[in-house]
Amino acid sequence: MEVVRLRVNGDERSCGVPAHYTLLETLRYGLGLTGSKQGCDKGDCGACTVIVDGRAILSCITPVWEAEGREVRTVEGLASAVEAHPVQDEFDLNGAAQCGFCTPGILCSSVALLDRNPTPTREEIRAALAGNLCRCTGYEKIYDAVEAAAARLGT
Amino acid sequence: MTGRNEGFGAGNGAAPAANGRRDVTSGASPLNTIGRPMRKVDGLAKATGRARYTDDIALPGMLHGKILRSPHPHARIVSIDTSRAEALEGVHGVVTGRDMPTPYGIIPWTPDEHPLCVDKVRYIGDGVAAVAAVDEDTAIAALDLIDVAYEELPEYFDPHEAIAAPSGPYIHEPRKPGWSGNVTKVVKLEFGDVDAGFDEADVIAEHDYFFEGTTHTPIEPHCAIGLAEGDGKVTVWSATQVPHYLHRELARVLEVDPAKVRVIQPPVGGAFGGKSEPFDLEFCVAKLSMLTGRPVKILYTREEVFYAHRGRHPFHMRYRTGATSDGMLTSVDARIVLDGGAYASFGLVTTYYSGQLLTAPYQMPAYRFHSTRAYTNKPACGPKRGHGSVQPRFAFEVQLDRIAELLEIDPIELRRRNFIGANTRTVNELRVTSNGFLECLAEVERASDWKRKHRRLPFGRGVGVAGSTYISGTNYPIYPNEMPQSGIQLQVDRSGRVAIFSGASEIGQGVDSMVAYVVAEELGVPLDHIRVLAGDTDFTPVDLGAYSSRVTFMLGNACLQAARKLKAMVQGAVAEEWEAKPREVLLAGGMALRAGDTGTGMPLREAFNLAEAKFGTLGATGSYNTPKDVHGSYRGGTIGASPAYSFTAHVAEVEVDTETGFVTVDKIWIAHDCGRALNPVLVAGQMEGSAYMGFAEALMEEHIFKSADEGRAGLHNAPSLLDYRIPTSLDTPALESLIVESIDPEGPYGAKEAGEGPLHPSIPAIANAIYDAVGVRMDSLPFSPPRVWRALQAADGGKVSGRIGEAVGAGHAV
Repeated sequence: MEVVRLRVNGDERSCGVPAHYTLLETLRYGLGLTGSKQGCDKGDCGACTVIVDGRAILSCITPVWEAEGREVRTVEGLASAVEAHPVQDEFDLNGAAQCGFCTPGILCSSVALLDRNPTPTREEIRAALAGNLCRCTGYEKIYDAVEAAAARLGT
Repeated sequence: MTGRNEGFGAGNGAAPAANGRRDVTSGASPLNTIGRPMRKVDGLAKATGRARYTDDIALPGMLHGKILRSPHPHARIVSIDTSRAEALEGVHGVVTGRDMPTPYGIIPWTPDEHPLCVDKVRYIGDGVAAVAAVDEDTAIAALDLIDVAYEELPEYFDPHEAIAAPSGPYIHEPRKPGWSGNVTKVVKLEFGDVDAGFDEADVIAEHDYFFEGTTHTPIEPHCAIGLAEGDGKVTVWSATQVPHYLHRELARVLEVDPAKVRVIQPPVGGAFGGKSEPFDLEFCVAKLSMLTGRPVKILYTREEVFYAHRGRHPFHMRYRTGATSDGMLTSVDARIVLDGGAYASFGLVTTYYSGQLLTAPYQMPAYRFHSTRAYTNKPACGPKRGHGSVQPRFAFEVQLDRIAELLEIDPIELRRRNFIGANTRTVNELRVTSNGFLECLAEVERASDWKRKHRRLPFGRGVGVAGSTYISGTNYPIYPNEMPQSGIQLQVDRSGRVAIFSGASEIGQGVDSMVAYVVAEELGVPLDHIRVLAGDTDFTPVDLGAYSSRVTFMLGNACLQAARKLKAMVQGAVAEEWEAKPREVLLAGGMALRAGDTGTGMPLREAFNLAEAKFGTLGATGSYNTPKDVHGSYRGGTIGASPAYSFTAHVAEVEVDTETGFVTVDKIWIAHDCGRALNPVLVAGQMEGSAYMGFAEALMEEHIFKSADEGRAGLHNAPSLLDYRIPTSLDTPALESLIVESIDPEGPYGAKEAGEGPLHPSIPAIANAIYDAVGVRMDSLPFSPPRVWRALQAADGGKVSGRIGEAVGAGHAV
């Protein structure tokens, strides 16, 4: 066990982890932040996507030590104290989450997109989500939700 | 433990109708919940990371389990020595097949598997032993210390070879002397005079088809936690679609009184049929917890999910289809070999479904099918979305396209002419009630601009059509019994809140929301005053599970019955207060209102309190059982029977690159008769997700195994989400949902299924579109670039320049 220090969703956190732990394992099993999901454990599915220093990354293939000293944002850190992030809210309104297992990763990819490009086209949304597999929706409702959130954020 | 929903939406739950959200349904007003786009009861919990799936649960003192898997496709287990593993520091328990010797199987007539293999292994990946240790690393290390001696046996990977094997050793012991132990089931059924039908035919199409196996790949791997308490109670949390069946099988195999077994089903991260029977890990966590006295969790690796499989069977099919010169079907004859893999799973039903579910939406005066399911030394196949009927539907809808071509009839028109109608019986005697198939055809024809496109697009582009039907639940449960298929319980609190105790399985399809919508509609309660407490066999009535598209129809009816019982009580109590008639009391918008007197009303909470004062504690149960006169009068005639059938039509538009064979699907128009869309957003989501999954099977997915030449016979070719290719956002075509409502007389508010039917036509519609584009028939799945390229080469020596039939761009006689 070694002690790792992380800044997650604005909090300074530390915990003991085996040296081989990934960022995802540390979040889920070390810090109890189980919102980020493990679907494949090898960077294929995108369910583990979190935002590190503003970029969407695959936490299941990121050694936790690489995240030290950086700003980590997970699905638990997207909402404010009083309301869901517009993307989260629009996911619900548009039926963009069915089983919901890929949703945390897709939300992180979407928020990272909207933070750098507040008015994405549908094609740009498609491209930004190309690393996140969804097995339920066929993606249409997800695009609808991201578009609606972009519109809300822009007003 | 509480129910699985931790979020309850915001406001009154109404989602605004905008951004393409279609507020479609018949006369829904703002006071209605049914028919309007609403939030899901678990929508925000899932969107904020608060929904807790099985692997998100950690219990104090929990151990981690791992399963040792067979490296051989077929071998006898000579000996297992676990002593070195047990001696490893941190290992708390090891179990083998001998610790759980009772065989099980989801179909009671074919119990042919064990939680861990007892005498033989039957595929690479079959479970042999399981370990519980302080952490995953220790458990993995312990697996290497288990010594298993195997004696290899002859292996079968081809179903035809398996069936033809003249003698053993077979994959399973023959069930009767003289039978083959390599055959699960043979079904031969004939309806009408098939041979006479071919004599009457003016044209006959006879072709072979091959449907490659595919798998579900839910994004959540299977996971289970077992907790044995000292008092003999055993609790299993599991990502399952069938808590009730799991409850029964756990009790039987573990030899525990079922009254002491509890199954808790947290939210499931996708299933699609892949979690609809017990799996080794569920038995192992329970047994290991009983052995160690500590909670034990097993989470499958992604590789193990591929071994667990139970996905779509590979089908080898020959179809002979006869029609008159005006396109009317006269006779259909099918011969099918199903490649079942190592265990029966649902295979008995799959074998029937391979034939039984083809008899609508078209008239078939005569029909015969002969289906044989073989065992092979590969992971067991089972039910995947559209169980057993997606494969024959592919073949049959291509057959129809061929007949339309031969007769120069527009393929949509050919389908219209053969429409079976509503309120009728199929040739195999299944009762059909509502039927919106003609509207489905009209919708895709209109929306896709079919008449201007079919046979008229430039070479390399084409459109194709296909239709289908599917069940809204099986009319008979998996184990014979007379009890209801679905039950529900409602309870009213003095605060005005209604709790719904539901035994159904939320797997993403929205069943927890569906029951909330029904209660909101009947009692006028805002959605955020409804709690859905679900998925726990200790406090919810039995629902048989999320399979065969049964829950909206069956649990919806059960919930409607319970809600109407409560409503009558509330109306009665308020009517007494107002000296009015009960039917004059309306419950809507969080109020009790007097019909015709807008000045009189009270908040629902007060109305509920009046009812509680009058009747005592307020609660109601509801249940649904199927009608018993809707099936065939022959042996097997109950399989395929359903209280209602959904209908679907698709048009696909494709582009084919003749140099590379690469097929791009630009768009699929999906028209689906769901009876009534209780929430049109969720229905459209099911339609799009289905069409996506069909598209994926058509072009990309292959659940295949290596041959001896490729290194190791029977080894899974690509047990990862990188190599087993499922579509990303960039691969997936545009999908347009067109909801058709036929208002079924027996469905809740007229609803039927929407979760599986809309998958079926994607595949043949794409095949038929490829033909329209480049004039080659794709009769083997998937339509991958090498296959399409080879078909193009074979068609015209690589010099394909136009369609078979009309010249490019020319009009086509209809």
